Amino acid sequence: MGYKQYILVCGGTACESNQGIALFNALKSAVISNGLVNDVQVVRTGCLGFCEKGPIVKILPQDTFYVEVKPEDAETIVKEHIVKGRVVSRLLYDKKQSQINVGIEGIDFYQKQFRIVLRNCGVIDPDKIDEYIARDGYKALEKVLFTMKPQEVVDEVSKSGLRGRGGAGFPTGKKWSFAAAQPAGQKYMVCNADEGDPGAYMDRSTLEGDPHSVLEAMTIAGYAIGADKGFIYIRAEYPLAIQRLETAIAQSREYGLLGKDILGSGFSFEIEIRLGAGAFVCGEETALLASIEGKRGMPKPRPPFPAVKGLWGCPTVINNVETLANIPVILTKGGLWFSKIGTATSKGTKVFALTGKINNSGLIEVPMGTTLREIIFDIGGGIRNGKAFKAAQTGGPSGGMIPPQFLDTPIDYENLGKIGSIMGSGGLIVMDEDDCIPNIAKFYLDFTVDESCGKCAPCRIGGRKLLDYLKKICNGDGTNADIENMQEISEAMARASLCGLGQTASNPVKSSLRYFMDEYKEHIDEKKCRAGKCKNLLRYTIDAAKCVGCTACARVCPANAIAGERKQPHVIDKTKCIKCGQCFEVCKFHAVNRA
Amino acid sequence: MSNAPTPPAGVQKLTPELKAFIAEWKEKPGNLIMVLHRVQQFFGYIPREVAFEVADLLEIPLAKIYGVVTFYNFFKLKKPGRNRIQVCMGTACYLKGGEDIIAELEGILGVGLNTVTPDGEFSAEAVRCLGCCGLAPVMVINGEVFGKVKTEALQGILAKFRKG
Repeated sequence: MGYKQYILVCGGTACESNQGIALFNALKSAVISNGLVNDVQVVRTGCLGFCEKGPIVKILPQDTFYVEVKPEDAETIVKEHIVKGRVVSRLLYDKKQSQINVGIEGIDFYQKQFRIVLRNCGVIDPDKIDEYIARDGYKALEKVLFTMKPQEVVDEVSKSGLRGRGGAGFPTGKKWSFAAAQPAGQKYMVCNADEGDPGAYMDRSTLEGDPHSVLEAMTIAGYAIGADKGFIYIRAEYPLAIQRLETAIAQSREYGLLGKDILGSGFSFEIEIRLGAGAFVCGEETALLASIEGKRGMPKPRPPFPAVKGLWGCPTVINNVETLANIPVILTKGGLWFSKIGTATSKGTKVFALTGKINNSGLIEVPMGTTLREIIFDIGGGIRNGKAFKAAQTGGPSGGMIPPQFLDTPIDYENLGKIGSIMGSGGLIVMDEDDCIPNIAKFYLDFTVDESCGKCAPCRIGGRKLLDYLKKICNGDGTNADIENMQEISEAMARASLCGLGQTASNPVKSSLRYFMDEYKEHIDEKKCRAGKCKNLLRYTIDAAKCVGCTACARVCPANAIAGERKQPHVIDKTKCIKCGQCFEVCKFHAVNRA
Repeated sequence: MSNAPTPPAGVQKLTPELKAFIAEWKEKPGNLIMVLHRVQQFFGYIPREVAFEVADLLEIPLAKIYGVVTFYNFFKLKKPGRNRIQVCMGTACYLKGGEDIIAELEGILGVGLNTVTPDGEFSAEAVRCLGCCGLAPVMVINGEVFGKVKTEALQGILAKFRKG
């Protein structure tokens, strides 16, 4: 490791698909052409999190952070920064800074973040096991195999207070202890990487940026519960994550950290990858197991719980990617250390995929107990285009919409439950004044209806009915009786559905009715959509006083619905208008009204 | 998976490589989904006549294969266009105008979603979250990702992929 400087290039999906690969190659050739091959190493890392401003380049040891870097900037970075030691200020996040040491501490996006799960993302090359090991990787596994009994491992995880990060928040230590208590025999350890929640990509980034942490954690879990076989169930839609996992598995086998008689301890553990095929319901444990078994992914009633009777009838523990990524740190630093982070009932940190109408979209990790205001306004940089914040949705289609009055609620499992949402897997979608609440509820229901497996009636029929009512309301045909029916159906679905999908599918409806009833009422009573999203409710008119007769609207109208002489006020024929809104956008005199 | 393969013309049949893959997986429990992934990776969909062969080789009823294929969104029974367009309809993309992109695409292609254009060039589908929400709205053509897509840019993007 004789390098003097390192150029880190983000290799997360968002950056890679934004010319990131070309940038990486351009930097490599710039380093070669400037004769710096022995001094400077170009490294492709996992996700640095700041996806909004990608592709990201970070230079060590100065810790300079460049944003929105293009392949053509590579030569400048090498010539100016590396050779002459001058910072390329036009590529900095804050262009006013000029010193060379402008690292991530100076960027508001990274303040208030605390990284446990993402500790190696954006730091190491995920395709090199040596870099993981250099950052204390596999140290926890060694400690566990040679100094701890399986029961002690379970106790340590219980002591940490870690809860499942997949959504429901079941204590991880307890789950392990159930499986550990089963008589010895064939047991399985499964990693749930079937991230199906739309608008969430935490697990994808973790696997792409630090695959070994998940492999190490699975092996530790296998030792703790007495399993010798693990499966990673991952979405087929994540080819890069699959490829990095395959590389990581091969490398750890080669190093004797996976396979037979690991490090000579006598403990053996194998990991196999199984591909999902696009079914949201497979996030439900029993459905996921059915899918690994090669069947349709339909859930089963519980009990028996998978920890007792799971994969092929054997005791099975299923943990989510983020849950597992915490494990190695808990075992090196101790459960007590971990339990001091977070709130009384929710320990540690949470990774969120912050997206929607926010200035800084990206992947963030914050301690439990951080407020939504800190996440959205301090880290996320506030709402795009100076618009007003309307709601935030956590938990994806299973969560609820959180209105502005709860911006200062500390986020943990209990608090989110109290205000009608759930922690979920980590999607955090921000909505602004231009988003229509009933329309978004319709979007989520459309998703859950499509993804319902159809096994139980409350979910299959209830979801469909809710969607029908929402469509009716958004079309301007809703009645007040529809609202009552929706409330009743939501309750029935939550109580009677077989699995988590159906039990939570009505959350977007329930929470939006609770906090945004006025918007539903407007749609029903006044036939009005204040966000201008529900096309059937829109009326376009031209203000004769403001119209100068420039004919711009008439020319752009695809339905020929606008008539009027040049330099005379124009009129919209309501019977012909298709409400496309093009006249509204094209008018320079604000003469077109939308109501 | 991402790059559309060019399957041979005529009646689709399992190749020796695919047969070897199936033989390798035959004894492993839970093999069906992995086998179907491999088949679809090669043909771009699950051809009916190939499904018969798979049923024979794995010694399972065809109905079981049909059940699995129709349960999961990922598996297709129809051959996609030469260029496969996927428009992300995850929440972030939906909020940022994914629907408008689909409407515009349908207009340009002259066919609805999940239908191949008469010249066999394109087929478009709406897909679940692709996990690059920072780039919303996102569209993927043959594995190449287009981020922050504007409806006005679609004609130009498609032209790149059209033959000729």
